[in-house]
Amino acid sequence: MSTIPETLKYTAEHEWIRQEGDVVVIGITHHAQDQLGDVVFVELPEVGRVLSAGKAFGVVESVKAVSDLYAPVDGEVVEINTALIDKPETVNADPYGEAWMMKVKPTSSLASLLDAAGYETLLKSIAK
Amino acid sequence: MNAPALRTTPLTERHRSLGAKMVDFGGFDMPLKYTSESAEHTAVREGVGIFDVSHMGEILIEGRDAMQALQRLLTNDAARISDGQAMYAGLLNERGGFVDDVIAYRISPTRFLICVNAGNQETDFLWIRAVVAGCGFECTVENVSANYAQIAVQGPKAEDVVATLCGGAVRDIAGYHFRGMPVLDDGDAIVARTGYTGEDGFELYVKPSVAVSVWDALLKAGATPCGLAARDTLRLEAGMCLYGNDIDADHTPIEANLGWIVKLEDRPPFIGADVLRGQKAKGAPRLLRGLLMMERGIARAGYAVTTAGGDAVGTVTSGTQSPHLNQAVAMAYLSREHAAPDTELMVVVRGKPLKAKVVRLPFYRRPA
Repeated sequence: MSTIPETLKYTAEHEWIRQEGDVVVIGITHHAQDQLGDVVFVELPEVGRVLSAGKAFGVVESVKAVSDLYAPVDGEVVEINTALIDKPETVNADPYGEAWMMKVKPTSSLASLLDAAGYETLLKSIAK
Repeated sequence: MNAPALRTTPLTERHRSLGAKMVDFGGFDMPLKYTSESAEHTAVREGVGIFDVSHMGEILIEGRDAMQALQRLLTNDAARISDGQAMYAGLLNERGGFVDDVIAYRISPTRFLICVNAGNQETDFLWIRAVVAGCGFECTVENVSANYAQIAVQGPKAEDVVATLCGGAVRDIAGYHFRGMPVLDDGDAIVARTGYTGEDGFELYVKPSVAVSVWDALLKAGATPCGLAARDTLRLEAGMCLYGNDIDADHTPIEANLGWIVKLEDRPPFIGADVLRGQKAKGAPRLLRGLLMMERGIARAGYAVTTAGGDAVGTVTSGTQSPHLNQAVAMAYLSREHAAPDTELMVVVRGKPLKAKVVRLPFYRRPA
């Protein structure tokens, strides 16, 4: 499995975004979970909450670290992945699949998000 | 601005070749984890793990007055242990606060090796030297940290693994005792039955030149390489203090629930003894306690602890999700009136008060 799937969009805060009809699915990237280490806690927003792009919407905690999650778009939360509350380790095991975090009905454009190549360039610049 | 270069250990390159994620710890480039910190934690609880702890410092105190120097410097009583025995102790300032927490190895009444925290090496060395000079004790104080690499071998299977390198004689070393014995090609190594994980285990003090071969032999014998992340969750479950988090220059051993390393009677007084005597008589204003989180959320160092009504009663010093209990646990200084076991308090997690319960430390005790 690629650690940066071609079909997704990304943010500089290491979230991924997949468009599904009129909603977007959001999670954190392979790189993000790798940096965090073993994820032991996930806090997600309530369904119905209205998010602003760039603002914190939740928290992921590993054994060692606490990390905010930032909304990639403006929009309303329409569904959250409640399975992650009881099985946060899924974030390490399957960040792009089972560990999706929430679905949002966006009210802002996705145009400013990074594509896979852009995200890869970003990771390379961090590694330097 | 350039950060100063991190110091390395004889095993730094080994960690990189094993794919470890490295971090700055006490100015040293150290492995945080190799694979998964939870798996490494479990390996130590159920099997055997090895840790590079070469960043720890060693200070040798030697000479006619070495015993007197130890008595002046340390809270624990070096006269009550035998040659070949070790003791955990506080090295205190005049206010009774920790300069450091150390393990003193009594080689003979005139020769002690003091194992100190990485980040405190220089401070400790200067402090000890100043005290020895100030008192006019006849003994030398030498920072011998560069002479030793240190590898901790921890877990219920530690004895078997160390025996493959050192022979069956290691089985005769009792807890908190040590022996000079060969480890592979190092004829002058020290094998100590000590550790920082709550498990049975050993700490091997070997020459830097043999560190890699000892490390590789331990891996070959079946040990799991473990990083600082697992070391931290293991020691926290075992209720052991981390200098800089749970203890520091402003906290005394009485406050830190470490009364058992404070010997005040029938011995020459140590620096800070008066303050501790007062706290023992009157009770310390705050006490280090365990907290079990009763609601979903993880307490972290620095978070406030309050009553249900919102009155501040303390601060979290260390906290994590305990891999063994599968529950969030923390250590916190609490005002004495709120430190009794089973007291219900709140930990403020990102602005939200979450229920927690005061418990006795440790969170984990190894099966007898």
